[in-house]
Amino acid sequence: MAAANPAIDHDAHDDHDHKPEGFLHRWLFTTNHKDIGTLYLVFSLLMFFIGGSMAMVIRAELFKPGMQLVQPEFFNEMTTMHALIMIFGAVMPAFVGLGNWMIPLMIGAPDMALPRMNNWSFWILPFAFFLLISEIFMPGGGPQGGWTMYPPLSLEGGTNVAFMIFAVHLMGISSIMGAINIIATILNMRAPGMDLLKMPVFVWSWLITAFLLIAVMPVLAGAVTMLLTDKFFGTSFFNAAGGGDPVMFQHIFWFFGHPEVYIMILPAFGIVSEIIPTFSRKPIFGYQAMVYAIASIAFLSFIVWAHHMFSVGMPLGGELYFMYATMLIAIPTGVKVFNWVSTMWGGSMTFETPMLFAIAFVILFTIGGFSGVMCAIVPADFQYQDTYFVVAHFHYVLVTGAIFAIMASTYYWLPKWCGNMYSEKWGKIHFWSSVISVNVLFFPQHFLGLAGMPRRIPDYNVAFADFNMISSIGGFWFGASQLIFVGVVIHAVYFSKNRATTQVWEGAHGLEWTVPSPAPHHTFTVPPVIRDDVLAHGDVTH
Amino acid sequence: MAQTQGAYYVPHGSHWPIIGSFGLLGTVGGAGLWLNEADIGKPIMAVGIALLLFMMFGWFGTVIRESIGGKYNKQVDTSFRMGMIWFIFSEVMFFAAFFGALFYARTYSVPWLGGAGHGALTNHYLWPAFSAAWPTNGPAGVGGAFSTMSPWGIPLLNTLLLLSSGVTITIAHHALRAGNRKQLLVFLALTVVLGVIFLGFQAHEYAEAYGHLNLTLGSGVYGSTFFMLTGFHGMHVTLGAIMLTVIWFRCAKGHFTKDNHFGFEAVAWYWHFVDVVWLGLFLFVYVL
Amino acid sequence: NPQPWQLNMAPGATSISQRIHGVHMLAFWVCVAIGIVVFGAMIVAMVRFRKSKGAVAAKWTHNTTMEVIWTVVPIVILVVMAWPATKLLVDMAEAKGSDMTIKITGYQWKWRYEYVDYFKKASSVNFVSSLDADSNKARQLGSGIDPHSIKDGDFPSYLLNVDKPLVLPVGVKVRFVITADDVIHAWWVPSLGWKQDAIPGIINDNWTQIDQPGIYRGQCAELCGKDHGFMPIVVKAVPKAEFEQWLAGQEAAEAAEKAGATAQATPAPASQG
Ligand code: HEA
Ligand code: HEA
Ligand code: CUA
Ligand SMILES: [Cu+2]
Repeated sequence: MAAANPAIDHDAHDDHDHKPEGFLHRWLFTTNHKDIGTLYLVFSLLMFFIGGSMAMVIRAELFKPGMQLVQPEFFNEMTTMHALIMIFGAVMPAFVGLGNWMIPLMIGAPDMALPRMNNWSFWILPFAFFLLISEIFMPGGGPQGGWTMYPPLSLEGGTNVAFMIFAVHLMGISSIMGAINIIATILNMRAPGMDLLKMPVFVWSWLITAFLLIAVMPVLAGAVTMLLTDKFFGTSFFNAAGGGDPVMFQHIFWFFGHPEVYIMILPAFGIVSEIIPTFSRKPIFGYQAMVYAIASIAFLSFIVWAHHMFSVGMPLGGELYFMYATMLIAIPTGVKVFNWVSTMWGGSMTFETPMLFAIAFVILFTIGGFSGVMCAIVPADFQYQDTYFVVAHFHYVLVTGAIFAIMASTYYWLPKWCGNMYSEKWGKIHFWSSVISVNVLFFPQHFLGLAGMPRRIPDYNVAFADFNMISSIGGFWFGASQLIFVGVVIHAVYFSKNRATTQVWEGAHGLEWTVPSPAPHHTFTVPPVIRDDVLAHGDVTH
Repeated sequence: MAQTQGAYYVPHGSHWPIIGSFGLLGTVGGAGLWLNEADIGKPIMAVGIALLLFMMFGWFGTVIRESIGGKYNKQVDTSFRMGMIWFIFSEVMFFAAFFGALFYARTYSVPWLGGAGHGALTNHYLWPAFSAAWPTNGPAGVGGAFSTMSPWGIPLLNTLLLLSSGVTITIAHHALRAGNRKQLLVFLALTVVLGVIFLGFQAHEYAEAYGHLNLTLGSGVYGSTFFMLTGFHGMHVTLGAIMLTVIWFRCAKGHFTKDNHFGFEAVAWYWHFVDVVWLGLFLFVYVL
Repeated sequence: NPQPWQLNMAPGATSISQRIHGVHMLAFWVCVAIGIVVFGAMIVAMVRFRKSKGAVAAKWTHNTTMEVIWTVVPIVILVVMAWPATKLLVDMAEAKGSDMTIKITGYQWKWRYEYVDYFKKASSVNFVSSLDADSNKARQLGSGIDPHSIKDGDFPSYLLNVDKPLVLPVGVKVRFVITADDVIHAWWVPSLGWKQDAIPGIINDNWTQIDQPGIYRGQCAELCGKDHGFMPIVVKAVPKAEFEQWLAGQEAAEAAEKAGATAQATPAPASQG
């Protein structure tokens, strides 16, 4: 909660709104989208550090062959928790926080559509993660079956099974309510003139992401509920002896799981689609194509799930279908990449930190996408599956994809949130340190995977030693680099003397740049009048 | 404390969500402890549920007061409507997971275990005595032999009950819009009664299944899907009936007007949703 | 078998694994090519269109020709990649015509191999294969043993060696039927080109035909609990004649053991080799 921002408090004086007095009162009871957005973002940062620390344990144990630090059980626990915390605790809440902060500002709404529920969506999360993380201290430790929770293994856990499942339920409730709120806000709260096809791409990306969330989080809830009853109430969903099938869980899980990975990337696409035009000083290339591409990706995400299960022994027809369907995703994604490049082409670019992160995003995400397409090719995936090649794939799309986009957006919007500019110098240091180390961290993992190193193992043959050591060094370096990020943010919020202007960035367009920096506690209490030149989204004719 | 923001009502601060969060934590934390055989589980869960109920009373009470106080304009109403619609959609997807399990078991896993397709090997090496059929409790006969419920007895009756409850609530809705209070109250009450009878039959059916048919949650994949689907549906009917009851009292108090009765409609939508799920259940769980 | 500083997938020891390697390389080079075009364009843009160099932003936001091109060309590229993959997959699915069947069962944390039949002749050979003792000692937390010191012949075999390898004949089409007893495992030897999940209660099948005698190492490839990292697989491919000799020897040993066991009227334990 450190980001409680004195600058905003100052503003309250000339901002005749009834901001609640008192720290607890303000943050526990708040219904203000900006406060809730801040809560989400701070929570997410905290979780990123906790999940990251677990990754550091993983990397430390894998630093060299031989078991040095932890027992294998604990290693598996770290892997599982790392993934759950990063996905549900860091990336998703960060996006919800950004959505909370920016969507009302971008569409000219006074707040989110359902402000009290908005508060609840957030305040469920700390409790969910309290439940999840406290498992580490329970007898038998936390879950050790991987974030994918495949039975029968995941049911072998002790105390943790029930708590993990309930924690997932809580996260689901939180996400669903958050998503409902976002959809209602976007569909119902737009200022007059903000037509759907004039909304910023970020808003579009969130509209579609919210739909994905509502469609798949309940499926995950159903899947883990069946785990629960299989464990405690004698059902046989995932037990062949009773006529069920362990593979059934995988189908249901990935029906959730694949859309889930796009839930973690579509808002990132939206963010990058805001930042690149701003710093290229040129409107986004092919606005409508961008929107339709997001929609196509979302649609396709529902029909490709079994590409995570190529080696479970599906019939030939199934393998072929899921291969083709998965490969198709490269096309709308390619459209997005090409449009970003075209936006830059012919622009007048400057390279502030947000832009650097956005450019790194485009390049590194594309590399992750390439390895994704390679994974989609079934015969090759027989070799890649469950190796570090896959680990490299998804960290490229998640870390240099989702996380980089979140960092880019933080630099981009921070001046609007707190009214001060961050230190450009330290921002750039953070960027270069991160972008180099993250490649040292994850690129060698491709080699490891191709050479045959399975994932989720605490120890390995000596042939894998060199690249693992390099990867670990990259890991520690990347982790340490994130301390710079925290420094930059704290400095900007509390110490920076460099006041931000209303517009903040020279090339910025859109409603969010018409409110003062920092954005007052309440904005657009009267719907704004929208002029085409501030709108600048969609195919506006100039 | 609360104030109107321009046209759209934005409440200022609420303590209900955080109470709800404690309630949720208590409920699931308690349930988790209970499942792990810790004595303290049940009381914690009870406290959690109590907190949740308290939260709901308080929260909905506030909303009702604000609504009657005329704080909500059309746009707020639309937000509520969208909220409800998407909530129901999420519920649909929750049921979809269980229906998915049912379809998967019936079209893939059971035939496979019985030797269909490549599954011939599975059957040959692991379950040689098993031939696929539905209903089944699997090659190992998990839960012991059982018999199934005929769809044409209680389940058919229940279908008719729920269908007519769908009609009665629609009549009640029309009455509300026509300003016919008496008809509204009667038909709404009727809807609740139909729902409760449905639940009564369902309970009877469960007793029958456990007591005489040896059909239990543990009866292999058939028992699992049967009880999970009907059980979750029953829970939703219960919830719907409670909501209908609340709405009945609100109608009796005259909370709703001809053109401002979102609360009523939300519950009516919910009830229809429960109704439609049942039709799916009747078809796929009982008949086919 | 993994080599230090190995960068790429090895072609493997069967024609299937070599074709997989081919599909993999095709996909790799396609990605490299696209990468060069896309990242090249980005770099050119970043150099040419900098504000500091006085670039003025253009106003255009569309170019239908280009948009059509970069939708259609990727489709073509995808077809080019999917085509050989499809053919290969169809060939891999063809498990008929095998002359030998092995049943593999995954346990926490070891593998059981049953030689079901060999050229239509049933076999009773059946043993469990688990991590070799040297590795097992060295892999204990704080064992103080240097993993580099664990060797099988010349090969630094730490965690990639077993007490009793699966012996297979060269040039014979072998069919595997794979299952598990407790949780899901996956049987993977990279040199054979595929991995196949071992699922309790379900049988999966796959096949291989090894061209070259040799020792091929792999590992369990599905998280299966605490010792998932410690259930390696070793396949020893030997010429047919040698294999037949070995099989006969095993059968004889098995029979002798059985006889001994019955004599003592104790139930026959699974032979541990
Ligand atoms: C943000 C998250 C994210 C994103 C965006 C993606 C994107 C993609 N993923 Fe990934 N994936 C994960 C997260 C993600 N993935 C995770 C977490 C796992 C592992 C889960 C686990 O097991 O724990 C995983 C695993 C995974 C697998 C299973 C691997 C295995 O276990 O064996 C596969 C297989 O098909 C796959 C495929 C793809 C594809 C085809 C895309 C595509 O969307 C990529 C599309 C993008 C591009 C292709 C680049 C840009 C396009 C162009 C420049 C156009 C031209 C290109 C061509 C014609 C090739 N992913
Ligand atoms: C959004 C999701 C996300 C993110 C951001 C990350 C981030 C990272 N991941 Fe993770 N990861 C997953 C999602 C993610 N991962 C998933 C889904 C899996 C699969 C799990 C499974 O198999 O079930 C996985 C698995 C996984 C593995 C494989 C484990 C295994 O198979 O056994 C590894 C190994 O290297 C790894 C490493 C890392 C590292 C080094 C980072 C780094 O980027 C983290 C950097 C951040 C920090 C380090 C924290 C901040 C800094 C400090 C705390 C300061 C202190 C720092 C130092 C002292 C150096 N991850
Ligand atoms: Cu067996 Cu992993
Ligand atoms: Cu996927």
